[in-house]
Amino acid sequence: MDDDIQTRLDTIAPLIVDGSPHAVALGFRIDSLTPGRATMSAPFSQALIGDPEAGTLHGGVITALLDHCCGMAAFGGFGARDTPATLDLRIDYMRPARPGHDITAQARCLKSHGLVAFVRATAHDGDIEDPVAIAQAAFMITRASKAAQDRAVRAIREGDGT
Amino acid sequence: MSRVLLDTLMTAPYVARFGVRLEMKGTELTGVLPFSNDLVGNPLIPALHGGAVGAFLEIVASGSLLVSQPMARLPRPIDVAIDYLRPARDQDVFARAIVARSGRRVANVRAEAWQGRTDAPVATLHGHFLITPESSGAAQG
Repeated sequence: MDDDIQTRLDTIAPLIVDGSPHAVALGFRIDSLTPGRATMSAPFSQALIGDPEAGTLHGGVITALLDHCCGMAAFGGFGARDTPATLDLRIDYMRPARPGHDITAQARCLKSHGLVAFVRATAHDGDIEDPVAIAQAAFMITRASKAAQDRAVRAIREGDGT
Repeated sequence: MSRVLLDTLMTAPYVARFGVRLEMKGTELTGVLPFSNDLVGNPLIPALHGGAVGAFLEIVASGSLLVSQPMARLPRPIDVAIDYLRPARDQDVFARAIVARSGRRVANVRAEAWQGRTDAPVATLHGHFLITPESSGAAQG
């Protein structure tokens, strides 16, 4: 069962990152993805600095990375069938990220049942014991997300056919 | 109003990269996030990335704090809670923020983002920011 989910994750995961223009614009990459767990990172970039004096990445990069990483964990938690929509996202900013450092987010889907999934995540810049931010989020399978998933599956099938 | 810090906030590479603007009408500050394909999170819906909308709300919240009083430093978010109410479509996003309380160290801000209709918000943010009002000096953040 988990193997099936893993297969679907491996097939669909690249599309959910490479197919997301915002994730591409911020340079996100998936480090690992297993059912209910996701690790993603955002490389440091001068173009994404938020505080020019301190030289630190903008909080928005961390917000987007946590949202995306939590979404990936929820996606696996739901069985890798429907791409979920974020219901809410709460972030605690523990400290500024260090200049010049990549940010890595690790998310875990604590529970998913029916339509809702609960996810927790930590973002760090090298040492997960000294996080930059932590997040808690809830996701939901919506009509829009279901329709989007159907289109993704169709796109993959058509891609296989050529 | 902290004009210099507002400029610092709005010319930061990330903010400039996504073309975020703040428009002042009377005493009311409105943020504008112009649609661009780089903001799309899920092209199949298509919907803007939740992270992009959240970051935009955070920028407008910081901007409203800088407009509300003279500050010695940029506000720093302590925590934010974002509720996503509707998918943000492939259109411009607007936002306004209310400073619910502003103390000597911490400010509590609420912000709301909408697209077509102000009565149909796409997302709301509620957050705490560490602030340094100019009068209290810049000794401690």
